[in-house]
Amino acid sequence: MIDKIGIEQFMILSTLMFFIGVYGFLVRKNLITMLMSVELILNAVNINFVAFNKFYYPQNLQGHFFAMFVIAIAATEVAVAIAIIISLYRKIRTIDVEEVDEMKY
Amino acid sequence: MITESYSYTVAIPLVLFFSFLLIGLAGGKLKPIVSGVFGTFFLLVSTVLSYYTAYSYFFVDGKLNGAYQKLIAYDSLWLTFTDKLQIHMGVLLDPISVVMLVVITTVSLMVHIYSLSYMKDETGFSRYYSFLSLFTFSMLGLVMASNIFQIYIFWELVGLSSYLLIGHYYERPSAVAASKKAFIVTRFADMGFLVGILLLSSFTGTFDFLKLTDPNGSALTQGSAISFLGLSVMTWSLLLIFTGAAGKSAMFPLHIWLPDAMEGPTPVSALIHAATMVVAGVYLVARLFTIYVFAAPDALIFIGYIGTFTSLFAAVIACTQTDIKRVLAFSTISQIGLMMGGLGVSGYAGAEGLGYTASMFHLFTHAMFKALLFLCAGAVIHAVHTNELWEMGGLKKFLPVTNIAFLIGCLAIAGIPPLSGFFSKDEILTAAYEKDKILFYVQFLVAGMTAFYMFRLYFGIFWNKERDYHSKPHEAPFTMLFSLIFLSIAAAVSGFIPFSEFVTPDLKPFESHIHWSIAIPAIAIAVIGVTLASVLYRKDSDLPDKISISLGGLYKAAHRKFYIDEIYMFITKNVIFNYISAPIAWFDRNIIDNTMNGIAAITNFISVKIRGFQSGQLQQYAYVMVSGLIIIVLVALYFMNN
Repeated sequence: MIDKIGIEQFMILSTLMFFIGVYGFLVRKNLITMLMSVELILNAVNINFVAFNKFYYPQNLQGHFFAMFVIAIAATEVAVAIAIIISLYRKIRTIDVEEVDEMKY
Repeated sequence: MITESYSYTVAIPLVLFFSFLLIGLAGGKLKPIVSGVFGTFFLLVSTVLSYYTAYSYFFVDGKLNGAYQKLIAYDSLWLTFTDKLQIHMGVLLDPISVVMLVVITTVSLMVHIYSLSYMKDETGFSRYYSFLSLFTFSMLGLVMASNIFQIYIFWELVGLSSYLLIGHYYERPSAVAASKKAFIVTRFADMGFLVGILLLSSFTGTFDFLKLTDPNGSALTQGSAISFLGLSVMTWSLLLIFTGAAGKSAMFPLHIWLPDAMEGPTPVSALIHAATMVVAGVYLVARLFTIYVFAAPDALIFIGYIGTFTSLFAAVIACTQTDIKRVLAFSTISQIGLMMGGLGVSGYAGAEGLGYTASMFHLFTHAMFKALLFLCAGAVIHAVHTNELWEMGGLKKFLPVTNIAFLIGCLAIAGIPPLSGFFSKDEILTAAYEKDKILFYVQFLVAGMTAFYMFRLYFGIFWNKERDYHSKPHEAPFTMLFSLIFLSIAAAVSGFIPFSEFVTPDLKPFESHIHWSIAIPAIAIAVIGVTLASVLYRKDSDLPDKISISLGGLYKAAHRKFYIDEIYMFITKNVIFNYISAPIAWFDRNIIDNTMNGIAAITNFISVKIRGFQSGQLQQYAYVMVSGLIIIVLVALYFMNN
């Protein structure tokens, strides 16, 4: 069954995921949810990597490795982001992104 | 010529600089009298060295082949700008600088001794002595300078110390105003001096006096060929240098600071504003005399006329003043005018250099008798506590010694033989008679007026009617009298020095003798002046008032010093302030400041407008970034497809 799925489907899926992620990043006010949106964006990219690798360069493995790199980086990024969110919460008692405007002029 | 044997002369000024530092830095901790004694002691060292220098220069080894040598006693390179432009510091000994050493140290020593008791009860006694040391140091440095740049440095130092000493009573507004006036007027003149120095040295390529004043040197011929507004560059530069000299020596119309400088303590007036500093201008012209006489004889004629006019002008004013120090101040201006007049009519070689010799001679004798007169005036003021002539009178029985000393000073300045002023003034008149008759007649008249106003002062103070004094006037203490007696002797006998044996423009001695055909009329007019003063002022009478009323406007104008101060006030306050300073201030406040403020305001306005982008809203940034990215991608796609 998986053989029936062409590269177009993968592309459509990853595009949808990417824009859902962008949409979520732009409209959700909760920092955690925004972080989740970022994960969606990253994983959309991962799908692209893997799909291109499988369909165009099946003899190579770079796409897979890159996906793994992205996952690893995403994990560390989450750790850092959560740490920032926690310290923000400790300081101003909210994780609503609109309340956090310390960097205003 | 460079010589090693006089290298000790460097110590003459440096001792006093050390004294200045010592008293100035430690003065607060010393007892006042101790600083006074220190200052006097250091000056005594310097005086002894100067006398020794004068003795060995004039009588032992200054002469070579019948002419005095210009000796470089000390020389060191101070600043090197380029290979050509180097500034040295050195000591130049020639007849005039050696004579000036003697004059300065003698008068200064007398003033130091005199001040020990005159300034005894004043506050700032140590400060006074440290500034006296600074002044004497600068003045000695000035006369010993080996190049024109060095003379300029010391020239300014002298101006500074004069400023400090005039402003000694700095809590008195009039003293502060007088010190500022003196400083600003002389600074203004020094601007011309500086421009003159730069012009002269750029055309001759040297600062060095030896090269500048070498009659066979190349310095004299350069620059003469280039002319500007009808006068050669040499003449211009020397006239500008004379501006500086005129400022220091109070020549018309830059004389206005000197009468006001009498706000300083009287011994300071004696030292700085009568005997030494004010003759710095005469000294400067004499120092550059060779170059004046060969490269710019027209400038020299100008100097002669300015000097003679000033001497007449100041003599007229002196006849009408009632503040005794002011009369002496105007008499100083008048006598310095005579010295300048003497230089103006002088030639170079042999007996033609009589004017130069006479001028230096008069400088010497004038320093002695004018210092004497000022110190006597100080003793009088000390006794009666006023400067006003008509609040004095009948003092001869209270102040017998001062009376005699003042009389000697007056006789000397009036030119009665055998006192010193007679000889020097006779030489000036002779020199003028041989060169320019107009100058001679004016100077002759001035000689008579000098006798008149000095004896007006003498009779007014010591004879006339006795006034009601608060306390009985008492004779000055011994330290003051010592200076008076010493200077009286100097004023009486210094005329017998055969100056033409020592000081001549071409450094070769010549014979000079008294010209009785000129001396006898000069004595006669002096005696007439004295007699007139004696008739008018010896007894209290209303005759002087009647005469002054009958002279009307002329008397009033002379009494108000011919309104020169008012003219200056008008020019500075009304013309310069309103038409130059005020527009400049307006331009500064409105154009320049507003340009700057405008740039700042525009920057501020724009920044207020654009700072809204920096909202701190994370999602707003992301929105802009994403939409920008989308637009870029769309544009890229559009172009790639075409």
